[in-house]
Amino acid sequence: MSAVVEFRAASYRIGAREILKNLTLSVEAGETLVLLGRSGSGKTTALKMVNGLLFPSAGEVLVDGTPTTAWEPVRLKRRIGYVIQEIGLFPHYTVAENVGLVPHLENWDAARICGRVDELLRQVGLDPQQFGARYPAQLSGGQRQRVGVARALAADPSVLLFDEPFGAVDPVTRLDLQKQFLALRRDLGKTAIFVTHDVREALMLATRIALLRDGALDLVAAPRQFLDAIGDEARAFLECLDWKADAK
Amino acid sequence: MNSGLASEIVQLTIEHLTLVLVSMAIAIALAVPAGILIARRAAWRPWLLGFANVMQTIPSLALFGFLIPVPLIGGIGKRTAIVALVLYALLPILRNTMVGILGVDAAVRESAVAMGMTARQILWRVELPLAARTILAGIRVAAVTTIGTATIAAAIGGGGLGVFIFRGIASVDSTQILAGAVPAACIALAADAGLGWVERRWTAG
Repeated sequence: MSAVVEFRAASYRIGAREILKNLTLSVEAGETLVLLGRSGSGKTTALKMVNGLLFPSAGEVLVDGTPTTAWEPVRLKRRIGYVIQEIGLFPHYTVAENVGLVPHLENWDAARICGRVDELLRQVGLDPQQFGARYPAQLSGGQRQRVGVARALAADPSVLLFDEPFGAVDPVTRLDLQKQFLALRRDLGKTAIFVTHDVREALMLATRIALLRDGALDLVAAPRQFLDAIGDEARAFLECLDWKADAK
Repeated sequence: MNSGLASEIVQLTIEHLTLVLVSMAIAIALAVPAGILIARRAAWRPWLLGFANVMQTIPSLALFGFLIPVPLIGGIGKRTAIVALVLYALLPILRNTMVGILGVDAAVRESAVAMGMTARQILWRVELPLAARTILAGIRVAAVTTIGTATIAAAIGGGGLGVFIFRGIASVDSTQILAGAVPAACIALAADAGLGWVERRWTAG
């Protein structure tokens, strides 16, 4: 297997504050690496270094073997799909226009864009006839998030980045979206990096979990091994799963 | 109403509209790019906003008067009037352009960057369309004010409907005053309604 994304001793600091410390980690083709950590642990910072929204202050991040600093910024971003919690759909574009944006920027012809948009909306469980012409304001939170995923997939990116994408929806919808995510991974086999602070979500979606603590990598483990981890931070997260004990 | 007065109303209304349209075109051409600039560079904000603010606080009659001795842009006539009207119209357009662009949701801007849109594409396809309603509201305020202020242009030989008003004041003739004031008010109302319609129409959805 080859590393699609590779962090090599990547650090990020703002002034004297070190947000990410010496992160070394590689993400293999087809896997879903979940970056798990508390707020402020540096997981979003690490994610934004992959598509060049941020650049490391020291060390480097490689995408397909090339450091992000050597990539042409627009090319790098178009190769990578990005889904964030606030979604950031363009409110003045219809659902179809939002999803078709990157193909449009890549100068695909209209018929091909149209076909691609229909295909993507179906993949994320939305009927193109029903939803294509709507504006984001006319959708529910869960539907908007599906459109966000479809938009990120549009130009067939080699890597997908998710920054707590399902954090703002209700738990039932969240479970729906998580199942959809697993189905998409089974069908498309995309490489993904997924940021979350929800240990349940991490265990459900990850092929490997990377636990971050105060900007440093604490542990990397497959979900099964993570359950048996003995580190303080891992135990602190696993305690969140003991809700049944609390209820009794 | 005699036909002499009627034809003069038509002529001065056309003159008035010309003053307003030329000044508004120049003001938009200056203030919208300047507003985009100060949305990007906070350091320039106090200078440009301060300048536009000061221009608007000078009483209009005094501003027209101040410009008369200024070389190149000053003197008696339409050119001076247009310069003064432009200076007056800057503030609402400048401020609304800045506010409109700064008001674009940070998540929308971030995802535009993350999708690999260039700075130019983000400006034209995301920021300006989303700021359009606010920018148009500024243009609407500026237009209505300019139509009223343009009546004072007559004081420095700029022509327009103010000619009737100043003549009416000098000769204590309210017919003359109304001949200037009524068309000016009608133009202002029409401009307000028209631009309001564009605002709603253009930014639907």
